[in-house]
Amino acid sequence: MRYAFIPALIAALFASNSQAAGLDVKVSVPRINAAEYHRPYVAVWVETPNQDIATTLSVWYSKDKAEGKGTKWLKDLRQWWRKGGRDLDMPLDGVSGATKPVGEHTLSYTEGKAPLNKLAAGEYNLVVEAAREKGDRELVRIPFSWPAKKAETLKASGESELGAVSLELKP
Amino acid sequence: MNTIKSTVKFSLSLMAAAAVLSSSLAQAHGYWLLPSSTVLSAPQFVTFDAAVSNDPFHFNHRPLAVDEVQVTAPDGSNQRLQNVSKGELRTTFDVNFEQKGTYRISNYREGVRASWKEDGQPKRFMGKIEEFKQRVPANAQELKVSEIANRLETFVTVGSPSPLKTNGHGLEIVSSVHPNDLVAGEPLTLQFLVDGKPTAGVEVEVIRGQTRYRNQKGEQKLKTDADGKVKIELPEAGMYWLDADFVDHKVKTKEASERSLAYVLTLEVLPQ
Repeated sequence: MRYAFIPALIAALFASNSQAAGLDVKVSVPRINAAEYHRPYVAVWVETPNQDIATTLSVWYSKDKAEGKGTKWLKDLRQWWRKGGRDLDMPLDGVSGATKPVGEHTLSYTEGKAPLNKLAAGEYNLVVEAAREKGDRELVRIPFSWPAKKAETLKASGESELGAVSLELKP
Repeated sequence: MNTIKSTVKFSLSLMAAAAVLSSSLAQAHGYWLLPSSTVLSAPQFVTFDAAVSNDPFHFNHRPLAVDEVQVTAPDGSNQRLQNVSKGELRTTFDVNFEQKGTYRISNYREGVRASWKEDGQPKRFMGKIEEFKQRVPANAQELKVSEIANRLETFVTVGSPSPLKTNGHGLEIVSSVHPNDLVAGEPLTLQFLVDGKPTAGVEVEVIRGQTRYRNQKGEQKLKTDADGKVKIELPEAGMYWLDADFVDHKVKTKEASERSLAYVLTLEVLPQ
């Protein structure tokens, strides 16, 4: 029992040095007063300057729905769908998941590992798109450079379907 | 159902519309297909309206018969029309889109329209060439014959769009952007082919639907350049109706001197 802590301690000692580069994304799903509220579908991706998808990071949708196993409404994440979502087979391991409740959700992506993988040096946007049944659709973009020169947190906010969105760059 | 009768009825409605179109655009009744969706992320049914009217997608005049509409699946097979219902103002039908890729919903007709006098009585005919040859008497007077090649179509995609092939008959398009991949603010270049060859001088008119809610229709009237191309502006999201017309002299019947070609297309443009 005692010895079980030792690997953890060693890991903690080296954590500051060996921490892998990556992105932490915080997405807030806002509270919306609606007689009939459905959690939004959300897509998070990295976009190149010419608005292509470098990589899709996360997709939240309702997998339980009978119709098309929930994929029937994926097209409502309109930009993500057109730019490349339609080329992916859902569900996608490590990317797709169930819709999330109101509140802040933290997503961590590590360079060299799916779904972020290796990102070529350059300018990018982090894009978060949300679409809600009986609600609206919104896109939030945060520009960033990669690789990150220093640890930095970039912030943006939606106005209707998305609350605060932040991007923590980990060099 | 009496298919022969319905085919003839179809010929009349589509060809009558075409006849008006080619004789005078100002007095034309357009015809169109209106899909309930064009971009799908899962296999499902889509329902269609089909009608003849002056105002694109506003069914306020006559239904369009759909007996010869063909739905071609991405693998080349034909998908059947279901729940066909002809009302006073529109025809509706459903199609089940099961495969991934792009479906072509199309109606292509070749034929003749003719008028003549028989014992002093005026006669008219619209239909297929073979039928015309049987119908017209050897002693027909003041015989006027012209050929027609009309295509009406739209596209629906499940998942990723798949490439579209042309078939070399009548008036067709080659699109710079896949027709199920259009967004507001991004212009579209269409190349028009006549019997498979890029053709200059094709007259193209494009109107966004919902014209009853604005004073200016804002139609674009264009003519294809030497490469057979036109550039179409798509400033706003919505359903767009495109009508292209051309007249040439490539005829199959010796009595005819002209052929009128028409191409009618419905395009959906989504917001950015």
